[in-house]
Amino acid sequence: MSLISFDMKRHPKQARTSLLVLLALMIVFPFIAQQFGNSWVRIMDIALLYIMLALGLNVVVGFAGLLDLGYIAFYAIGAYTAGLLASPQFAAVLESFVNTYPAVGNFLVMVCGPEIVQNGIHLSLWVIVPLSALCAALFGALLGAPTLKLRGDYLAIVTLGFGEIIRIFMNNLNAPVNITNGPQGINLIDPIRVFGVSLSGEPGSGSMVNVFGIMTPSVNAYYFLFLVLCIAVIFFSVRLQDSRLGRAWVAIREDEIAAKAMGINTRNVKLLAFAMGASFGGVAGAMFASFQGFVSPESFSLTESIAVLAMVVLGGIGHIPGVVLGGVILAALPEVLRHVVEPLQMSLFGKVWIDAEVLRQLLYGLAMVTIMLTRPAGLWPSPRHEDRPEVDHASVGTTGEVKA
Amino acid sequence: MTQTLLNIRDVSKRFGGLQALNGVGLTIEKGQIYGLIGPNGAGKTTFFNVITGLYQPDTGSFELDGKPYSPSAPHEVAKAGIARTFQNIRLFGEMTVLENVMVGCHVRTRQNVLGAVLRHKAAREEEAQIRAKSQQLLDFVGIGQFAKRTARHLSYGDQRRLEIARALATEPQLLALDEPAAGMNATEKLALRELLVKIQADGKTILLIEHDVKLMMGLCDRITVLDYGKPIAEGVPAEVQKNPAVIEAYLGAGH
Repeated sequence: MSLISFDMKRHPKQARTSLLVLLALMIVFPFIAQQFGNSWVRIMDIALLYIMLALGLNVVVGFAGLLDLGYIAFYAIGAYTAGLLASPQFAAVLESFVNTYPAVGNFLVMVCGPEIVQNGIHLSLWVIVPLSALCAALFGALLGAPTLKLRGDYLAIVTLGFGEIIRIFMNNLNAPVNITNGPQGINLIDPIRVFGVSLSGEPGSGSMVNVFGIMTPSVNAYYFLFLVLCIAVIFFSVRLQDSRLGRAWVAIREDEIAAKAMGINTRNVKLLAFAMGASFGGVAGAMFASFQGFVSPESFSLTESIAVLAMVVLGGIGHIPGVVLGGVILAALPEVLRHVVEPLQMSLFGKVWIDAEVLRQLLYGLAMVTIMLTRPAGLWPSPRHEDRPEVDHASVGTTGEVKA
Repeated sequence: MTQTLLNIRDVSKRFGGLQALNGVGLTIEKGQIYGLIGPNGAGKTTFFNVITGLYQPDTGSFELDGKPYSPSAPHEVAKAGIARTFQNIRLFGEMTVLENVMVGCHVRTRQNVLGAVLRHKAAREEEAQIRAKSQQLLDFVGIGQFAKRTARHLSYGDQRRLEIARALATEPQLLALDEPAAGMNATEKLALRELLVKIQADGKTILLIEHDVKLMMGLCDRITVLDYGKPIAEGVPAEVQKNPAVIEAYLGAGH
C-alpha cells in the first residue's frame, strides 16, 4: 500500500486524507508561490486550464476509447463563445452585417437594440460558463455524428481535420462578414466578474483584487476560480466514470460489437461522450479567453491538440488522477524550465549556452520518449486488479450461493 | 399447452455470390433448449447474427413472444429480449468480472448523465440494485468468487460462464449461445451442460449452436440441422440423428 492514494473504493480513509492534504496544499500554493513572483501562479493558472482540457479529452479517449486529435477545437469554440459574448466584438459583427448585408444587418440591429450596437454583448460568468459548455457540446455532437462508424486511425484523421477546420474558420470568418475578426483575433474580452468583483482588478488598482476585503493579485483570484472549476470537472469525471454511462463507454472501448449486443445504443452513448468531453473543453476555453482578454486562432493549432493528448496518455489514459498529473507536468514543466534554465546557466557559466526554448523542446521530447519506454501505460495508470490478490479472499464468503 | 416464443420464417441472406442462408426458419417453444447444428460453413453463425441484428437479412419474418420484431439493430434486439454470446468470446477484457455483468444490466436500467453526476436517491438505488443483481448472476453461473478480477484473466471456461452471466443480465426471454462448448474439455463441457439445464429450470429458453453432436443430443428438446444455408432436418434429437440427409451432410454420401 502506498502512502498516498486517491482510490476511494479501496482505501476510502486514505483517499480522503490525501485529497484533503492536496486541497490544503493547492489553497496555500498561490500565497507561497507569490513570494517568488506572480509568474509562478500564472503558470499554475494555465496548468489548471490544461487539466480541465485533459480531463475532457480523457472522457472521449480514455473512457470511450475514441481517439480525438482535434480536441482543441472545442477549446477554441469555448474561447470564441466568450470572445463574442463578453467583448465589444459583437458591435463590430453587427456593423459588418449592416455594411455587407444591410437588410440582415438592420434586422439584427433592430433585434439587438442600441446598447449592443454601441458596446457589444457583455454576459456574466454565470451565463458564459454554461453557454460555452453547451456550445462546445453541440459541436462535439456535430463532430461525433459523421464519425460514428469510424474507429481507430480513421477516426483520428477525421477529428484531426475537424480541429483544423475550426481553426481555419476562426482565421477566415472576417469576410464577407466580420465575425471572428480573423487572424487579428478578438480583443478586449471582459475580465471575469464574480459577485461584482472583477478578477483582473479594477482599473487603477494595479491588478490587485479585493477578495472579501483582502487585496490579492489578479492571478491568485483567477487561480481560485480555475481551481474551483477544475474540482468541478474532476467531480463530474469521477461521477460519470463510476456510473451506468461510464460503464457503457468503457464497454464500447473494449468491444463495440459486444456492447451493442448487450443493448447499448452505441450511437447515442458515443455522441454523449463527444458532447461531454467537448463541454469541459468549452468551459476551459471560455476561461482562457477571459483570463487572457484576447483570443486568436493561433492559440488553437494542432500542436495544442497533440499536447493535450500527450497529457492524457503520459499521465495514464482513463485514470483521472493520472490525467491530472499528466496535465500538471506537461503544462507546468516547460514553463518552469523557461524560468529556471537561463538564470541557472547564467549563474553556472556566466553566459547562456542553450536557449531556454531549445532546451525546453529537447527535454520535452526526451521526457516523452523516456516515459513511454519505461512506463508505457502512463506515469500513473489505473491500478491493476491483479496487483491486489487480497480482493479474492475478501469475497470468498459469497461463493457457492446459488440463485433459487 | 406450450407457447411459442420465437417464430422465424424464411430468412435469406446473400453475401455477394454466396447464398449464406436460404429460407431458414424455426419455431422455439417457451422453456425449450433448441439446438441448431450443421457442418462448418452451414450458416449457423450467420443465422445467429441475423436474428440478433448484427447482419441485415434479405428476407425473413421475425416474431418474438407473439409480437413481430425487426432485427435492424443489435441493441434493439437486446431490448426486445434476445441476448447472445459469441463464438469467439467477446468480453470487456479490461473491466472487472462484476462490471462486465453490470454492463449487461444497461438495457434494463435508465439513469442518465444527471443521475450519474447528482447521484440522487433513485440513481443510488438503481446502482445498488445493478450491483446486487450482477453478483447474484455471477454466483448463479458459479464464478461469484472472481467478481473483482479483470475479465481477461479468467480461465477459458470461466470466460464462457461470464459471457452467459452477462447475457442473462439483460433479462432475456431467449438466450442465444453461439458454440458455448467450443474449446472446452470433457469436464468443462459437463459443467456447462449442468449450467444450461439450470438456466432452463430457471424458466429461460435457450437457442444453442453447437458442433458437439453428443452434447446436443442429450441436451436439446428440438434440433434444426443446417447445411449449405438450408434447413435439412428438424425434430427431436432421436429423429434427427436417424435422418439420412443429416447423416449424409455430416459423413458424406455412401454411409
